[in-house]
Amino acid sequence: MKLARVVSTLILSLALAACGGREQAASGGSASPGSDKPLTIKGSDTMVILGQRLAEEYMKENPGTVVQVNGGGSGTGIAALINGTVDLAQSSRPMKGDEKEQAAKSRGSEIVELPVALDALAVFVHASNPLHTLTTAQIKDIFQGKVKNWKELGGPDATIVLYGRESSSGTYDYFREHVLEKGDFAPAVQTLQGTAAIINAVGQDKSGIGYGGIAYAKEVRPLAISAAGVQPVAPSEATVADGTYPLSRKLFFYHPANAPERVTKFAQWTLTPEAQALVTKVGYFPLATTGANADTATTTETATTSTAK
Amino acid sequence: MNRRHDEVFFRRAGRRLRFDALMTGAFSVAGWVAILFIFLIFLFTFKETIPIFTDAEVQHEANLGKFFAEKQEGPTLMDRYVWQPTSEKPKVSLWPIILGTLKATVVGLLFACPVGVAAALFSSEFAPPRLREVIKPAIELLAGIPSVVMGFFALIVLATWLQQTFGFTYRLNAVNAGLALGFALVPIVYTISEDGLAAVPRSYREASYALGATKFQTAWSVVLPAAAPAVFASFVLAFGRAIGETMILLMAGGNAAITSFSLLDPLRTLSATIAAEMGEVVVGSAHYSALFFMGTLLFVITFVSNTAGQWIIRRMQKRMQGAAA
Repeated sequence: MKLARVVSTLILSLALAACGGREQAASGGSASPGSDKPLTIKGSDTMVILGQRLAEEYMKENPGTVVQVNGGGSGTGIAALINGTVDLAQSSRPMKGDEKEQAAKSRGSEIVELPVALDALAVFVHASNPLHTLTTAQIKDIFQGKVKNWKELGGPDATIVLYGRESSSGTYDYFREHVLEKGDFAPAVQTLQGTAAIINAVGQDKSGIGYGGIAYAKEVRPLAISAAGVQPVAPSEATVADGTYPLSRKLFFYHPANAPERVTKFAQWTLTPEAQALVTKVGYFPLATTGANADTATTTETATTSTAK
Repeated sequence: MNRRHDEVFFRRAGRRLRFDALMTGAFSVAGWVAILFIFLIFLFTFKETIPIFTDAEVQHEANLGKFFAEKQEGPTLMDRYVWQPTSEKPKVSLWPIILGTLKATVVGLLFACPVGVAAALFSSEFAPPRLREVIKPAIELLAGIPSVVMGFFALIVLATWLQQTFGFTYRLNAVNAGLALGFALVPIVYTISEDGLAAVPRSYREASYALGATKFQTAWSVVLPAAAPAVFASFVLAFGRAIGETMILLMAGGNAAITSFSLLDPLRTLSATIAAEMGEVVVGSAHYSALFFMGTLLFVITFVSNTAGQWIIRRMQKRMQGAAA
């Protein structure tokens, strides 16, 4: 029964994609008058580019549907999901247990977790910075304010200028948890809105250092990073895929299991090879080619079944 | 015949009086509504602050002692007074943020007050009338530039220029943020000062010239002191705007809550903190109440400064009138 429903959903979506506008409008009209309501997505600033590309392509394939993508930070997106003001939340960190409980309570059904891509969190410096590698311990010391001058790391004699995200950001949470080991950032970290702003700041600041999703890292240099006692590894598709790059993470979509079909259809579509190709184009790493393949498949499977419930 | 005439007259007068009463009523309602709104906003802000004083759970993380007296261990000032409400162990000292607000405001006023008053003196006393017709609307137009545009300009252009010219360590610092804020304050200082200067009676200037004073002496020692209440009022208004300004400082200040007196360090203001953190805060939490406490603090600062300003202005006016009489 469940399987049949999943299959029929898939077939229907494929049929719609193939047939184009007329049928879509017709089925939209018959399904429910609300089905041409825009699909709203909100959350992670890291995922805004990805969400928008996916939305554009999806709208191209399904004329008549409107998908709106907004940033604001993972925390903001999850809060909106809990409050019921968006259809899908984008998050660059997994939802916490109590957030899932709250959301399940307010939305009246479990929350489906859908990993859509892999991201490498890059630590980057100005292109003229002579340093090419840092250890995770050094990065921790830098962002906690224990190392204050590039000289101490073998660089030029200049104060290290720190750039980071505000606390609503999933990137901030991930960095604090995995690099600072839940310690505090130095007060001197300048908090900027969005990874793009950090890239811009580091790009103009010879002694700057910042962190953010690899997809944004243009005109700055991502550092190769080594975990304790291991050779430094630069972020790339191969190193993220085989898990040797220490700072890689999953990017998620979240929606309630009882979401209307227009939501689940979009969510499922993001896992198709076609959508995953977009993931690569934007600069992230698709789930299908990764070493975490099996893991992903099971997560997707549970997601699918709970959708069909 | 005569009586009929009277009847018409009274009927008309009655209608006119009724209309009069109606309009007076409408205008008073509008006036009261405006006051009511301000009062309600204050009430709401204050209501959300109350848990700081009453709720034990909130007080555990945020209370007046923690805001103003709590000190961490550390070698420097910035390690001792810390604003980190989302940390594993929340730290909510307000000093870095109050200091940031003051630094930006002081730099902004130090830039805007002299420039604004000088520009006002120039356009009211020295500029040929035709030039004045250009300067006045142009500066007033500056007031219409959205602060987000001003902030963007400071973030991209001004910060880079300042760093390249003076070799600052931090691109975004109190000087950069204060200057950008100053640009937004100049029109306020200018407009009100200019109106005050233009309102100084011609007889003052003529008397001064008759005594052999030069144009500059007249402007500086006669006209400017005569317009002092207006000039001072412009400073008070500019201060109020500076304390509350958000977007410029959010963009150009670097947003690091550092306890430091240096103008070359990045800063974070009360308003920018509210703007940056209100989006993700859990409603009803200690962090939430702390942000509203900042809002109340801003409210109180503006209220007190405006009231004090009004009082001083009235005293100055009284003295001026006394001197004139």
